[in-house]
Amino acid sequence: MPKQINVALIGNPNTGKTSVFNALTGLNQKVGNYPGITVEKKEGVCKLPRGVKAHIIDLPGTYSLNASSLDENVVIELLLNKNDKDFPDVAVVVSDVENLKRNLLLYTQIKDLEIPTILAINMSDRMVYKGIQLDIPLLEKELKTKIALISTRKNKGIDQLKELILNFNDLSTKPCVNASEIDPNYFDDLRKTFPNQLLYKLWLVITQDVNFGKTDRNEIDAINSFKTKSKTDLKRLQQKETIKRYQFINNTLKKGQTIDLKSAKDLRIKLDRILTHKVWGYLIFFVILLTIFQAIYDWSSVPMDFIDTVFASFSEWTKNSLPQGAFTNLIAEGIIPGLGGIVIFIPQIAFLFLFISVLEESGYMSRVVFLMDRIMRRFGLSGKSIVPLISGTACAIPAIMATRNIESWKERLITILVTPFTTCSARLPVYLIIIALVIPEGRFIGLSYQALTLMLLYLIGFGAAIFSAWLLNKILNIKSKTFFVVEMPNYKLPLFKNVALTVIEKTKSFVFGAGKIILAISIVLWFLASYGPGEDFNNAENIITTEYASQNLSADELQQKIASHKLEHSFIGIAGHAIEPAIRPLGYDWKIGIAIVSSFAAREVFVGTLATIYSVGSDEEETIKNRMAGEVNPILGGPLFNFASGISLLLFYAFAMQCMSTLAIVKRETNSWKWPTLQLFIMSGFAYIVALIAFQVLK
Amino acid sequence: MKATLADIKRGQQGIITDVSSIHIPLKLLEMGCLPGNSVELVQVAPFADPMYLNINGTHLAIRKETAIHILIEITNA
Repeated sequence: MPKQINVALIGNPNTGKTSVFNALTGLNQKVGNYPGITVEKKEGVCKLPRGVKAHIIDLPGTYSLNASSLDENVVIELLLNKNDKDFPDVAVVVSDVENLKRNLLLYTQIKDLEIPTILAINMSDRMVYKGIQLDIPLLEKELKTKIALISTRKNKGIDQLKELILNFNDLSTKPCVNASEIDPNYFDDLRKTFPNQLLYKLWLVITQDVNFGKTDRNEIDAINSFKTKSKTDLKRLQQKETIKRYQFINNTLKKGQTIDLKSAKDLRIKLDRILTHKVWGYLIFFVILLTIFQAIYDWSSVPMDFIDTVFASFSEWTKNSLPQGAFTNLIAEGIIPGLGGIVIFIPQIAFLFLFISVLEESGYMSRVVFLMDRIMRRFGLSGKSIVPLISGTACAIPAIMATRNIESWKERLITILVTPFTTCSARLPVYLIIIALVIPEGRFIGLSYQALTLMLLYLIGFGAAIFSAWLLNKILNIKSKTFFVVEMPNYKLPLFKNVALTVIEKTKSFVFGAGKIILAISIVLWFLASYGPGEDFNNAENIITTEYASQNLSADELQQKIASHKLEHSFIGIAGHAIEPAIRPLGYDWKIGIAIVSSFAAREVFVGTLATIYSVGSDEEETIKNRMAGEVNPILGGPLFNFASGISLLLFYAFAMQCMSTLAIVKRETNSWKWPTLQLFIMSGFAYIVALIAFQVLK
Repeated sequence: MKATLADIKRGQQGIITDVSSIHIPLKLLEMGCLPGNSVELVQVAPFADPMYLNINGTHLAIRKETAIHILIEITNA
């Protein structure tokens, strides 16, 4: 017996497979990606009796071994590749007692691969409720395996499952269905051509477009020469195979399972009558959305303010307690605020995933997908795109992470690409200060112009997302099967453990994934703003002190002038001057230029950057606002922030892709720099053109 | 009465008679959409698309474009 047993958890979606995984591994789990693709790889360690350890891998949910998505491909690739280090010694097929018939299809396929397979029948606590009785010994005999009847909800049967895993060598590896009967001649030929290969494995290789490990592919490369059937014929054979498997399953369950429909009670029908109703369904969904919106905006503002304060005072403390010097400044002004910029997103991300995971666990999410599909389809999106688009109003980062459950790659990619248009919370401070500066205070039918402008900006963002989705749908030529089959699972009370683990895992993956990049960018920005070439930067103290010697400035005011002068001649200041010709037609000066350049790291630095440039020490908005209002346009005269330049700036921020963290996440989710690069240039280019037109028309 | 699955009305029940069209995803068959199995319309979204069905005890939603390829016999009209 090996020291460590490799176990693969396989099962249909909605069978509680992840609950079984959580029950077996607890916190001893990690989530990564399969090499080269963005499918999540969940693995963990489980302690078995007698000191044996099991390495457990939670494979993506699938209905069969006929893959129709990247996630499902992973399952087949692993099960067909004996050389893979994760190749299972034993497979555990997790099934739901209420859908045993459908779940057994996958089971019979895995049995045909002659891998020792345990059948774990989950949710056994619902058997009485549903009037289901099982003859376990008979089923074990017919299915040629051992069965563990478990309930993760009631924490039953897990020890029995562990015991079965430990003794996996006792399991039969005989198949239960003879698939080759669907076309005996064809399978005979196949057997003769490849005498050393497992027949069912060959059949899977022929019918799928699976990428195998290199060694394995060479072994059966000759399979390409064995194409005696057309695609249509192969599909017909697959249909025949499915029907044959169901015949076996029906016969088996006829003997081993009795369902007393009279004692079955169904909450589903009552709930669905309301939750998927043409009117009530949408209304309830709208109320749920408002609640989530409220939570992300409101409830998370308290911890976010707290984090902000803690990091600000920590930075202050570092500055005062460590010896003065460049290193201290790097820590206090670069690294600590950079870390703060990561940590500050945690409350929003945690809240968002808390809600999403509760909605998914309860089974409600499938109903939303059902309700929204028709509407979203018109724009090349899927019913499943609605979740990311709504989440995007908080922050595009978790929203893009939430696109993972969209099966069609094209629909998912479009969703990822358009989500950053929705007005995220980082745009809000920019909008607020500019609106206060340039939009008059009057009212229109009882609503203030300023509030209307803000609302309009949200609508513009959402409109841009929908319109570009429609456009991308026309342009992108991606072959991806866009069939739509959504299981509508039974309603369930979410398990606390599952929800908590999801929230922890998603938050962790954000902090360590995107966090690294945010941190790196903030350090670079700090360097660019803190260093500059030449006399003007290095001798700023002397220059300013001499210049203002005649005016009696206080020490604070003098420091601010020096800081401002330094910034102007720092690398980032030079960059601001360099781009001034490009942004002048938009109505901006070099100072706004700097704010825009640094905003490409994250939009929320706009106000802070302007605060430093206008030599205002505090972040108090009123003060910055007054300073900004007093700025004069160097070329045209008059206030720099007038209606034309203000609108231009608002539109620029509405459309431009100014968020390094989002780009990093898009890179991670699409596994290519191509898409984030396109996003950066197309969105920002579009923003530039719109802002240019706005200023030139309005000035 | 012979019909396609797209014709089924709420409250009606039927038996699936033919799923041999190449436009039906295999995944649907694997979920139990096979000849001889019962089918019932649970709910429709606005414009009758997608359709929320109960096929042989499995509850699922499919788009109308798929439903028109599934032939059924309506048993209680």
